[in-house]
Amino acid sequence: MMAGYVSTTDQERREMLDAIGVASLDELFRDVPVHLYKPSLDVPAGLSELEAWTHLRTISEQNLDLDHHPSFLGAGAYRHFVPAAISHLISRGEFLSSYTPYQPEVSQGTLQVIYEWQSLVCQLTGMDVSNASVYDAATGLGEAARMACALTRRQRVLVADTVNPLYADVLRTYTTGPNIEVLPVRAWRRDGSHLLRAESLADAVDESIACLVVQQPNFLGWLEQVEGLAERLQAAGAILVVAADPASLGLLRPPGAYGAGIVVAEGKWTGGPLDFGGPLVGMFACKQAYVRQMPGRIVGATVDGQGRRGFVLTLSTREQHIRREKATSNICTSEALIALCTSIYLSHLGKQGLREVAELCLQKSHYAAERIATLSGFGVATTSPYLKEFVVTCPRPAAEVNRALLERGIIGGFDLAGYSPDLADCLLLCCTEMTTGAEIDRLVSALADI
Amino acid sequence: MADSPPKTNGAVATAGLAESGSHGPLNGGRKTPEPLIFEKSVPGRRAGSLPPCDVPRKPVAELIPEAELRTDLSLPEVGELDVVRHFTRLSKLNYSVDAEFYPLGSCTMKYNPKLDENVAALPGFRQLHPLQPEETVQGALRVLYELGQLLGEITGLPGVSAQPVAGAHGEFTGIMMVRAAHIKAGRMRRKVLIPDSAHGTNPATAAMSGYEAVTVGHDRRTGELDFADFKAKLDEDCAAIMITVPNTLGLFERQITEICRLAHDVGCYVYCDGANMNAMVGQVRPGDLGVDLLHINLHKTFAVPHGGGGPGGGAICVTSDLEPFLPAPVVARRENGSYGFDHHRPDSIGRVHGFHGNFNAALRSYTYILSLGKEGLYDVGANAVLNANYLRSKLRQAYPLYVDRICMHEFVLDGRWLREHGLRTLDLAKRLIDYGYHPPTIYFPLIVPEAIMIEPTETESRQTLDAFAGAMLAIAQEAREQPEVLHEAPSSTPIGRLDEVRAARRPDLRWRAGIAGEAAESLSEARHEAAVQGRY
Amino acid sequence: MASPADCKYTKEHEWVRLEGETATVGITEFAQQELGDVVFVELPAAGSPVEQGQTFGAVESVKAASDLYAPISGQVLEANAALEDTPDAVNKDPYGAGWMLKVQPADLSELDSLMDAAAYDSYVQGLH
Repeated sequence: MMAGYVSTTDQERREMLDAIGVASLDELFRDVPVHLYKPSLDVPAGLSELEAWTHLRTISEQNLDLDHHPSFLGAGAYRHFVPAAISHLISRGEFLSSYTPYQPEVSQGTLQVIYEWQSLVCQLTGMDVSNASVYDAATGLGEAARMACALTRRQRVLVADTVNPLYADVLRTYTTGPNIEVLPVRAWRRDGSHLLRAESLADAVDESIACLVVQQPNFLGWLEQVEGLAERLQAAGAILVVAADPASLGLLRPPGAYGAGIVVAEGKWTGGPLDFGGPLVGMFACKQAYVRQMPGRIVGATVDGQGRRGFVLTLSTREQHIRREKATSNICTSEALIALCTSIYLSHLGKQGLREVAELCLQKSHYAAERIATLSGFGVATTSPYLKEFVVTCPRPAAEVNRALLERGIIGGFDLAGYSPDLADCLLLCCTEMTTGAEIDRLVSALADI
Repeated sequence: MADSPPKTNGAVATAGLAESGSHGPLNGGRKTPEPLIFEKSVPGRRAGSLPPCDVPRKPVAELIPEAELRTDLSLPEVGELDVVRHFTRLSKLNYSVDAEFYPLGSCTMKYNPKLDENVAALPGFRQLHPLQPEETVQGALRVLYELGQLLGEITGLPGVSAQPVAGAHGEFTGIMMVRAAHIKAGRMRRKVLIPDSAHGTNPATAAMSGYEAVTVGHDRRTGELDFADFKAKLDEDCAAIMITVPNTLGLFERQITEICRLAHDVGCYVYCDGANMNAMVGQVRPGDLGVDLLHINLHKTFAVPHGGGGPGGGAICVTSDLEPFLPAPVVARRENGSYGFDHHRPDSIGRVHGFHGNFNAALRSYTYILSLGKEGLYDVGANAVLNANYLRSKLRQAYPLYVDRICMHEFVLDGRWLREHGLRTLDLAKRLIDYGYHPPTIYFPLIVPEAIMIEPTETESRQTLDAFAGAMLAIAQEAREQPEVLHEAPSSTPIGRLDEVRAARRPDLRWRAGIAGEAAESLSEARHEAAVQGRY
Repeated sequence: MASPADCKYTKEHEWVRLEGETATVGITEFAQQELGDVVFVELPAAGSPVEQGQTFGAVESVKAASDLYAPISGQVLEANAALEDTPDAVNKDPYGAGWMLKVQPADLSELDSLMDAAAYDSYVQGLH
């Protein structure tokens, strides 16, 4: 009768019930209302391992995976090279099947990994302190907005409209409860076939504003004008919150260098596969002065009774298990395993490798843009410096272009119609080091053919 | 290097050593500290290589203004073997379900089937972009849709979203839905009732969602919600009650259907914290009890590995009345049998995650549920409760229970008697490590002083439970006869008890280039010492 | 141990001592023992108003955090900056070096609503 992953035999079960002093399993459930006990579930019979594997493999084959189809989709999820060492290391049961490191003496592996993650995040972003990670960049921005409001005791948040719209959606959900007002800042305009960036994002800043949220590079791929932004915010007592891209930070100056107070970044793509968008891992870093308002777990170094270095969860009084309704956030854990992927990745690539990744993205996207610009009817709308993503205007609605590309086996770009009705003829295209010159050439000939 | 056996004096305390104690808690574990990856860095060293640029190159400065470029990037410079060895060594400093019994109450540390890992690694799932055209991801959408159907059936709450990625995230999603539903109905409410035995995430969630958390007491005799206090505090200003079933003492709330009825009478929703769903799987459906919303910790009940603290999954399950408020988008099955995202959700609370939640956690849970099937699901709850009661019956001779009656999937011991011997629950926990076990959850729930909360899960064998009980009983004897052994524990781990006061008073939260902190100095001392002894 | 006779006490275990025009505020011996090793004290800046019975800051140990309640209304003259580096002074010398605020009292009659040392000591007895 017993299947699945329970190993107790019928004989053992009888003996265990005897030891407890009850006659049957049913007796253990005597507190459950009897008319509701043991419902008949409309669930199919169980599958053997072989049957389940075959079933799932068959379902997986109903998907078009990017190992076999060139893709120019980015828009917040990026395909970067993942060294083989990562999947092997994170598959070790000691990482995979352990839990939150509540007992430091038997969790030094996870704790040291998190300390190294915090260090890597700080090095990469140029910030003072980092937490053990949040769910993803989107929820990280929600937490950052709430944190900025707590720090400034203000209730208004500015968000550039070039922040990833999905991030902005999550930020709104996160700020609804405490009635924080979220105000958009117009950061671009269309001039014919060109998109122009706003040269100042701080015009709406006044002393009622807790923070301004920008993304660098922004959702449309180009670099925002961030010079002097933090200073203008600071003069009004407000905080600059930046959503960064770890791979781009191989080349770009870190947000700490231009005065960011809180930095959030999606860490998944530097070390992990696309996974249909989850699990992700949010980097979350801030200035030293803000550390006691930071959400999430934090690991610190200390020593044991013999003076040996070790790592512990620390500054826990910010958290829900101690502060309950007064906690900085309800977050109860981190995305430790994905943070581990990213830590291995950043260690493996090192300073030189990450720089090369960023430069390959830069070279390939500019090559693609240059080729597409020569096609009749197509144009490159991006007019500001960009790294791996750029906007292309098409002679037909972008959705039609994408469909035609798909017929030719290519997954096209992100259709910007959903982002802004003004951009219904625009595609956001992405190239990374995974995109080969041959794939770009294939895209260009397909576009010429449409 | 052989690990030393736990320190014992004389004949006491050997009963629990048979299974794993003789190896120490970290089988094959290291005793030497591992330097930080930064401390292994050698200028100019690197791992692996990237392909050469296969398109015409331009000078970087021509493409990005120099002012936007970074001038330094201090990442480790190490070789691939350095990386592999470093992280392999770190892994050996961890305790894990794959190696040992992990009776952490409230965390459901069950076995995570390896099949689910292979499924999650299939390229047809792994290499999917979250924004691909729907017609190219029909398999992935089917998994999300069918998982929703299965969870809806198992919980009796048919509206499901797998977008929340953790238990606390599911709570937040649920309470925001409650808020949206009240606002839609024109009801302004301010309070959320929360029992004093609740997880800290519950009050934190209520506050985060703009509500005042109001504490309801518990009945010291039954261990259940104080019904009179609940009735006194329930009124038309209550948006919801957040209740954990079974509760955090591992006891089924016998008044739950009545609690739901009274709450509904005043338009108050019942949110069930699903942390303890493992006890109910196949036995009773929260929706049938009258619950309106429940999150499921996929990493507990549905076997997603915990990964050192995440990623997990916090799927939210709700009644059909609340379904319109689910996070957008929801996965729908179209009339032609295809699957797609339904973005037109005017009453939705909005998004709670950048994309579709932890897809590959959902995928593992889907595989797990299909593998178990109807009978296997029944076995989960039945054996989780059997194992907990078996262990409870073995331990109660030496350890008083906070409430001594048939429990569900876990139970809470009262460790106050240890104080008579100058000990605390913490000392017992650390001594268990020497016997090769991860300690249970301690000091939670907060209502039990010196709490020891034990959850064995259904996947542990009777032999494992017997061995663990042996260790617990041996430690009880040690506590009475040689309490100093507990004070000094753990003695079998690479490090001893750490100075948490120092960690909090002088926070050292990151490595810094060129700054060798005191901690780093003490490491080099330790390495020196190890080198002298020929161990490093 | 008897609490100092020159202070008045709150039920939340703060003490206040009037010296001339200035009231000094801290937490009691009982409070520091309950908390354990203090790791952080959050205090308002000089010039901030405080109101009797309302929170003015928080004190944290490794595993606990407690709000601090003002025993008297007034304006903060000085917060004990030394506690930033040596929060353990709260444990070692709660009525001396571990002081938290110096306050310019707004209404001295508020002191009448507080417990004296004898009343506080018997209050604490009752908590055990």
